This record gives sequence, C-alpha cells and structure tokens, in this order.
Amino acid sequence: MVSGKLVKRLTNDQLTNDQIIEKMSRPKHTEYKTPTHIDDYPTGPQYEAGFLPEKNAGWRTFKPVVNHDECIYCLRCYLLCPDGTIMKDNGKIKIDMDYCKGCGVCAHECPKDAIEMVKE
Amino acid sequence: MTKVLDIPKVNAKNMTEKEFFYGHKACAGCGGSIAVRLALKVLGERTYSALPAGCMSAVGFIYPQMAFNSNAIITTFPGSASMAAGIAAGAKALGQKDFKTVVFAGDGGTADIGFQALSGMIDRNDDVLYICYDNEAYMNTGIQKSGLTPYGTKTTTTPAGQNIPGTVTHKKNLFEIIAAHDIAYAATASIGYPQDFINKVNKAKHVKGATFIHVYASCPTGWGTPTETSVEIAKDAVDAGLIFLAEYEDGEYKLNRNPKEFKSVEEYLKKQGRFKHMSDADIQCVIENRDKKWERMRKNWL
Repeated sequence: MVSGKLVKRLTNDQLTNDQIIEKMSRPKHTEYKTPTHIDDYPTGPQYEAGFLPEKNAGWRTFKPVVNHDECIYCLRCYLLCPDGTIMKDNGKIKIDMDYCKGCGVCAHECPKDAIEMVKE
Repeated sequence: MTKVLDIPKVNAKNMTEKEFFYGHKACAGCGGSIAVRLALKVLGERTYSALPAGCMSAVGFIYPQMAFNSNAIITTFPGSASMAAGIAAGAKALGQKDFKTVVFAGDGGTADIGFQALSGMIDRNDDVLYICYDNEAYMNTGIQKSGLTPYGTKTTTTPAGQNIPGTVTHKKNLFEIIAAHDIAYAATASIGYPQDFINKVNKAKHVKGATFIHVYASCPTGWGTPTETSVEIAKDAVDAGLIFLAEYEDGEYKLNRNPKEFKSVEEYLKKQGRFKHMSDADIQCVIENRDKKWERMRKNWL
C-alpha cells in the first residue's frame, strides 16, 4: 500500500508508469528537502513508506565481489541478505552498493564460494 | 482451514521482487532483519505491520528514513498484539479484503512484556500473525536478560563470575505455552533454515485467525560472533538440538526435524562470546536439559 502523497510526489517528477513501479518495488535513495512552509510538514508522527534520504554504504569496510562464472544462481545469497540488497537481473545476481553494509553473510553462505569480500 | 496442498508454494525463484524492509539501520549481519524481510516478502504488499519497542522498530523508523515499504506502525511495548487486533478489526470495518496484519516483536516484547496482550489476542482468535524474532535477550537496550535467555548466557544483568555462570534459568518454553491456548497454527523456525521459515509464514498467511511463529534469529552484536556467521550460528543451534523445529496445528504437535545425531553443543557454545566463560559442568547442564526435552518431544510429538 502506498500513500497518496508518495504517488503524487512520484507523478510530479513526471516519471513514466514503469519508472514509478520500479521506484516502488525497491526504494531508492531520495533527497530530503527541509520543509520551507508549514504545509510541507507531515500532519502527525508519520511519514511516507520507503522514503530513504540516507545511504548505508559508509558502514562498509569490505565489499562483496561476485564471480559470475562460478555463480550457479541458487539464490541463497538473495534469500539471506539481511538488507535485501541482492537482486535478480536476467539470470545474474546484482548488488545494490548504496545499501550493502558489507556483513559478508552472502560470501560465507555461498555454496560455490563465488562471492569474495574485497577491502575497499 | 485451507488445506496445505492448496497453498501456492513460495521460494527464492518465485517470490516477489519487491523489498518491504529496505535501507534500515540494523547492525551488519542482523538475524532479526532477515526474518522480518523474508516474512514481509512472503506476506506481500497488502500487509499491516505492528512493531513494539525493540530492535526492528528502532532501526526501521528513523525519521525521515522509512525502511518499511508497506504500512507499519510502532505500538506500545505491552500492547502490540492488541493494537494489531485493532488494526485488523478496523480494516475489516472499512470493508478491506485480502490483507494480513502482522506483529514483529522481539523475545522480550513477546515472552515478558507483551505476553498478556498476546494471550488475549489468541483467546479472541483475532486475524493476526504474531512473529517473535528471538535473539535471546533485550538487545536493543544493551543486552539484558529476558525470559527467553538460555542457561549460561552472559548478559549485562546476569554477568558471569565466580558465583554464577551468567543466566541461571533455562529458556522459557514459549512454543508450548502458546500452543496450550489451542491456537489455530503455531510454529517454531530458525533463520538457519530459511525455506522452512518461508513455508511456515506462507501457511500462517492462509490461516484465518490467530497464528504464531517463533523464529530464532541471531544477533552478532549481542552474541559476540563475527557478522558473516550469523546464519551459520542459527543453523548450528538447530543441528545441536538446542532449538527445535515444530508445528502445532489442529490440536496436534508435529516435529519437523528429528536428527539421529546432534552436532556438538560445546562447539556451538564456544563460537560465541556470550558463552565463552562456561565450564564443563555448565555445558553438561545444558546437554542434560536438551536430552530431557528431546526425550519428551520424541515420546509425545512423533
């Protein structure tokens, strides 16, 4: 369920229908604008679902690097990523580096050792 | 009740691409966030989540960062189950159909503080799925002992020393307490067995009435384990027999996993900082308690 406010904000940016759906399926980093008018503030202790003004990439010391030749696409890393940053991309896995915290669960659980943790 | 065979199967290949718990501020390798993320992916977009004070509400709602991509609310600590029951009743009164209300509470919010509301919710048979992610202490406030902390754990309120080996009580038997309410469906799970957990959430989704899932979720910060091993530790706990996978349905208990041989308990305990101090006698006490429990379970539940 998406609040009417979010749909309004997304349509205001003149996105195509597909882009809106894509934006809602995986929340993306959004710039936070400090309200300039009293009407811009939310009416209660509430906010739009999936509104992400901050990234988590700064937490990382090691980053996962996928060896696509070894990967058998078993999707165990996709299931077990605590942050949900691993996504399916036409039979390959892709990692959203904006929100990966570098915990290393994917590399440790990979049955083929196809993911390596590399120091950034 | 819906028959098991009629429920469409959910697995990694066919589950929704949408993420409903994304960009949260949980510690790296957090087990609780794996449980919440997978459960929300199985339940789908039309879900109302209610979360009492605890790790998942602390990391999910940092204004204006909203990690929940579906409707979610922070509830009072002791009233999460009653608040969820109210949400379910309100949505029904508005004529909404095809929705699910879910509670994500920690072990303290379930077994200690939120227990009376949970008991009342099951008694009234409200259409709510209650998921307890059990990381075995009050982790959000800095590792204090809860009712589900196992024997020998070092916490800040039960420090290990010359006189006591950390926590001196055993884990509360929450699953059987819930089942004693004659609930429609209750289950235990572990994030070490993700497909089993997904199947149980999927089953609970299709049950009308109160349902309960107790999922064992590791906590690298509180347990003193490396972040990458958090899933392995949760699997080891099941393999060592300290956590069991079971279901309660139609008044019958069912043991899902009955291993012939258990893995070494000592190896499991020594991997974690919270159990490092334990002596051989303490470990023997844990093993004795485990064997007693399994003897009873094998006799009655198989």
